[in-house]
Order: sequence, then structure tokens, then C-alpha cells
Amino acid sequence: MDRRDAIKWMLTAAASVAVLNRTGFAATSPTADAEGYGTDPDLLKEYRPGDVWPLTFTDAQRRTAVALCDVIIPADSKSPSASALHVPEFIDEWISAPYPDQQKDRPVVIKGLAWLDTEAQKRFQVDFADLVRKQQTLICDDICHVPKAKTEFKQAAQFFQKFRNLTASGFYTTPEGMKDIGYTGNMPLPEFAGPTPEVLRKLGLT
Amino acid sequence: MPLITASKTQPDYDVIVIGSGAAGGQTAYTLTMGGAKVLMLEAGRNYDPVKETPMFHTNVSAPLRGGSTPEKPFGFYDATIDGGWQVPGEPYTNASEDPERQFTWWRARMLGGRTNHWGRISLRNGPYDFKPHSRDGLGFDWPIGYEDVAPYYDKVEMLIGVYGDNNALENTPDSPTGCLLPPPKARAGELYTQKHAKKLGLPVIPIHRAVLSTRQDADTLPQKLHPGNPKAQRVLAQAMRERAACFWATDCGRGCAIKANYQSTTVHLPPALATGNLDILPNAMAREMLVDDAGKATGVVYVDKTTGEEHRVRARVITLAASSAESVRLLLNSKSARFPNGLANSSGLVGKYIMDTVGAEFSGQIPALENLPLHNEDGAGGAHVYVPWWLYPDAGKLGFARGYHIEFATGRNMPSAGTAAGLDWLTGGSYGRQFKEDARRYYGSRVGFAGRGEMIPNDDSFCEIDPAVKDRWGIPVLRFHWKWSEHELRQAAHMEQTFATLIEALGGRYATRPKADGAQAIHQGGNIIHEVGGTIMGSTAKNSVVNPWCQTWDVKNLFVTDGGPFVSNADKNPTLTIMALAWRAGDYLLEELKKGNL
Repeated sequence: MDRRDAIKWMLTAAASVAVLNRTGFAATSPTADAEGYGTDPDLLKEYRPGDVWPLTFTDAQRRTAVALCDVIIPADSKSPSASALHVPEFIDEWISAPYPDQQKDRPVVIKGLAWLDTEAQKRFQVDFADLVRKQQTLICDDICHVPKAKTEFKQAAQFFQKFRNLTASGFYTTPEGMKDIGYTGNMPLPEFAGPTPEVLRKLGLT
Repeated sequence: MPLITASKTQPDYDVIVIGSGAAGGQTAYTLTMGGAKVLMLEAGRNYDPVKETPMFHTNVSAPLRGGSTPEKPFGFYDATIDGGWQVPGEPYTNASEDPERQFTWWRARMLGGRTNHWGRISLRNGPYDFKPHSRDGLGFDWPIGYEDVAPYYDKVEMLIGVYGDNNALENTPDSPTGCLLPPPKARAGELYTQKHAKKLGLPVIPIHRAVLSTRQDADTLPQKLHPGNPKAQRVLAQAMRERAACFWATDCGRGCAIKANYQSTTVHLPPALATGNLDILPNAMAREMLVDDAGKATGVVYVDKTTGEEHRVRARVITLAASSAESVRLLLNSKSARFPNGLANSSGLVGKYIMDTVGAEFSGQIPALENLPLHNEDGAGGAHVYVPWWLYPDAGKLGFARGYHIEFATGRNMPSAGTAAGLDWLTGGSYGRQFKEDARRYYGSRVGFAGRGEMIPNDDSFCEIDPAVKDRWGIPVLRFHWKWSEHELRQAAHMEQTFATLIEALGGRYATRPKADGAQAIHQGGNIIHEVGGTIMGSTAKNSVVNPWCQTWDVKNLFVTDGGPFVSNADKNPTLTIMALAWRAGDYLLEELKKGNL
């Protein structure tokens, strides 16, 4: 987002300056002095978000991110919710990272989270995290698909798209998420058998 | 003789090999097995895949779920360390600011170089590929033909272990019995594509990759590869026994701790070290070659990166295997009164005619592959099939010369940053429980096709020394000039259209239309990391830098065994040919050493 777009976004989103001041500005400046893992990191170590560069969500941002993660990926019969698998921490790691792609995503996420609270305040007079699921859904339905979003929701929809992608990335890489999506590999095998007869039948390859 | 530090170098060697990747590894292997005393200089640190490969690590344990960053451009678990499109403190420049005329240069400063992470695709050039000018009047013919290189393709395949099979297709050479290991079974998406691509006349056949689908025959291969050399046979048999067969898990790009795939560090260097004839000096950044009054190369000046100090090492012969562009840089930086334009450059051709591979990709989603029963598709950690160039009969009718092969990306891969992302165009923007259902439904139903095609050498694509910029060691850097011709741009557009048609034939759909403009479709120069040329091979000292044995015309004890001598860059991935030519050059070098000609 360039400066002009950022200003436009702010004008669109800034329905309540008070809310923005509370949840938006604190962490919008990039973590300029953070360093990456370098060109020769230890590849065998198990990393957790926050191990290499500091996490930067404010409490308010984290609270909103947790709520939105669970709207996007709630618990069901097959797997837990995104927040139960620490996906918000991954998103925090992502937007706090000192790399160009992540730095580009940072204002989109930070401002989008602020917008969610502003919108929740506007519609229901409480923060997004304090809404019941049905109310959260009313807001998310307006921003869940960029091509269908009304003009006033376009930028919020772009944020939602980005946030959904990040939530999915964080969720489906966990052991529970990998199992849920149907990844059964990463197991040493004596031979590679190819697709099962059932798969071949379904594809008309028998 | 082992891994050493600067203070431990011997006063004299038979051969100094600069570089430790496919070219350096093969050259050092051939020479040390033949009894020569070799010093290998590597600009990066020592690297041991057995100890350092993150086998079985899942992306949840990596920063950013393993996603790409400028410090690890192919993702956190990619084997490349201290490398990428930019190496800190070691810049290169482009002469033009035009985005379409940029060259991007991938380097890996580590023992084994790019072989640690490469795709392992190991295709032979065919007979046409050595004589392209004779067929269409463009580019140059090689001074050698397929029949000259074929015996070395055989040997390299047996040594490194390549799976694949023979299909008797035009300009897609078969290997003699005993060279190839059995190909793994195709995956669901690969089989499905194979069936439906037939309608379009596209032959989907097993690809050749340097992965042990079964263990190597350590009882018979060493005798075949080193007849009459019992020590080499013994050393190689031992090295082969230390390699396990693929266990069908973990991505080859991470490297392989069980040595099931080829990387120089697990396949070439262990037996070369076991001969006792090899010293490997890591962290040694070669600056220039030294020559005597008679015009012979006498040694190499290098910077010890651990101390910043400069050292000299001497040898009877020097072999450049530093990667084609890095070797050009070394030659051009080796100026003397006798060689004012750089070493081996009387033709003025050092740095000229650099080539990369034409690359374009297109992907789609295949409804037939949705909601498939759970099954494990890790396989050999890379593709099992491909489409070789199939339109030889249409040469002259396509609007571009030469051709491309098609690589596949299918399967139920290990989830990473990006899995289940970007589904909006299929789901209409679902979230909540519906999104979880959609993620399950679409997982593994995406197919991607990548075209990898031939670039014709041209006068506008070359590299030279930048007159102003130096690296952190004070060594002048390369400046690249780059331009695709209409042949490459039209070929890239043809790739996109072909892949879109193929996806339609699979009953699939795609999110964006194929790009009709080749300039939009094609990757930047260097992006495919197949850069070759710059020290081209020829039949005279006027038209080339090296002779058919990779020996420079001007300095007879100086060889170039990386991709530099390539005269053309067929669609076939260059690594197997680099190794075959390096082995062939090594055999010649040993003979010449014995005869006292060097």
C-alpha cells in the first residue's frame, strides 16, 4: 500500500478516531530494528513465533485477531479452532517479520483489525471480540469476498482475504490441521505404491 | 587428505578445482579417482547434509511456516545457505534499468553449491541439441556430437543414480540397459494428466531424476565405471553402500541425510576424499589466477573469508568449476601484461553468449481431483513424470525456434505457508465451517505446469566486469546485459496457451487467463537458474574460449568444466550434461598430465 492509498484507507476506515487511537496506531510503525534469521539459520531447531524477532500485536489487536481467526476457522468435529492451535501467534509473527513481503502485509492486517472494531462499535457498540458469532457473521458477510464487496467494504474485504490466507497457512501447517486437510505423508515407506485402487477407480484410471 | 584450513594447504598440487558443485564435484571425483592430487577451493562454508538436513521437520516448526524470504528465497527448509538472488556483500549489477532486461543471478556459497537443493531433473541432451545451427540456422553448433557425450551420460547416470525409463521418442535419448533405476509410480494427478493429455498429443512419460528409487548395485557398477582401477572400484563400492534408497518422504530440496538423492556433498565428494587425493578448502573466495612468463597458469589467489587474508596456492593445472558466470568473472579479473583483457580471452568471447532457460508457469484446479480418498503422495520428493518436447515435426511453423518440456506440480503436498490460501475464486469467499469443508475438498486438486525451454544465444546477452563496483573483498563484480529474442517470448506465450488448453482437457478451470504476451509470461533472465555459456566451446581459438575438451585455447593448463562451455542451452536441464562434460574433460586432463603435456 503506498502513502496515498494508506490515507484513503484511513479516511474510509476512520469512523471513530477514538477507537483507532486505542487499537490502531500503537503498532502501525514497522519493527524497523528487528533482524531476520540470516542466511545460515539453524535448520534443525524447532522455532516458535517470537523466537527470532519480537511479536508486536497490542493486547487489543491480539484479542481481535483471536476472534477473527475463530470466525474463519472455528472448531468442528474434525479439528479445533484456529486460536486453539495458536494461529494468532503465527499471524503476529508474520506481520512482525522484518522482510519486505511481511512488511507489506503489516499495515493491511493492523488497519484491518482496527476497522473491524470500528465497524463493530458502529453497528453494535462493542468491540469485534465481544460480539456474538451471529453479529460477527453479519460484518464478515459484507467483507468475505472481494469481487462481491460493496465499494465501501472493498478495502476491508482485501484485509479479510489476506487474513483468511494467513489463518489457513497457520492452521493447516499444524499437526491437527495437516490431519484435517488429509495430508498423510512425511512417513518413511519401503516402497511408493502410487494411488490406491479406490483413487484410481474414482478417477476412471482402472 | 581432508577438509582443511588455509594454513594446511600443500605447497603444490596437480590440479586446483575452483568450485564444489556439480562441475567441481565431478571434476574432483574423476581426477582423484585417476590418482591426481587435487585442491578444491569453495567460497562458502563446509556443509554436511548428513548432519544438517531437516528431514521430517514440518512447517509448523519453521519461522513463517517455512515461507520464502530474501534470506531463504526457496523457503526456510531449502538446503541453500548463504545464498540466493542476493548474497550479502557480494553484489552484481545490471547494465539496463529496463525490467525486461534484468538478469538475476542465483548463487549458493556452501560446499556442494546448488547441487544441495536442485530439482534433480537429469535429462540427456539429444543429437539435435548439439547441432542446432545445422537444423535451423540459428545460434551455434557444438564441435562435439551426442555420440561423443553419450558414454559419459551413461557413466554419470550409473554413478549418481538416476530414475527413469526409455520411451524411444525423438531427440529424447534412451539410456543403455543398466544405466537407469526404475521410475516410481505416477501420482493421481500425474496419471490423470497422462490419460487426458493424449487427446492433445502430449506424451506424459516418467521423468529422469537423480534419486535412488532402489539402492545402487555396488557389486558391479564400480567395475563398469573404473575398469582396471581396483582402488577406485573399492572406494566407490564403499561410497555406494553408504547411500540408502529413497524412503518416499521429505522434499529433495532440503537435501538428503540418507544420501538417497544426488548432491555433490553426498555422492561426489565422499569417494573423492576417500582416495586420499583431495584437499577441500572451504571459505576460500578465489580472486584471480596467476600466470608465468610463458603464459601458463601457475596458481590461484584467494581470500580466506574467515580472516580476510589473501593467500596463493599453486598447481600444474587449474580447473574452473565455479558456475559459468563466476568462472567468467575469474577469467576477466585475471589480467596481466600478457593477458590484458583477462585470461583465455584472445577471442574476446569470455562472458559472451550467456543463456538461461525460458520459463513460464500456469496452474488450474481439476474438479476430478477433489475429495479424493486419503493417500500419501510424497513420493520421490519431486515430479515422477514430464512431457518432453513433442512438436519436432512442427519446427518452422510455430513462430519460434526450438522447444520446451513440461514439468508437473501436482499432489497432496505437505502443507506449507499458502496451503488453502487463495481459494476465493473457487469458494466465493467462504469462511467458518464451510471454509474448512472447502479446504478439504480442494486440497490436492490443483495442478501446475511449468515450461522449460531453449534460449538461443544472442549478442545482447553477456556479462563483463563492472568498472566501478567491487564486492566486500575488493574483487570487481559482474555486470550483466540481457535480452530475450522474439523466439523466447513467443515460446513463453505458447507455453501458457498450451497449459491452459491442457487444463481444459482435464476438465479443469483457472483463476486468470493465460498470458498472450510472451514478455508478460516469461521469467526474468537467470530465474530458472540454468545460466550457461560465457566460455563457449568451439573448433577454433577464434570462435570460442575452450576446445572440445573444455581446455582453454590460450592457456593449455586451464580448463572450464561448469556450464560455461555450453554453446546452446537445450530445454533439457543442464546439470547432467555439465557432469558428463566434466567427466570427459577430466579423463582428457589426466591423459594429458600423464603425457607431460600440461
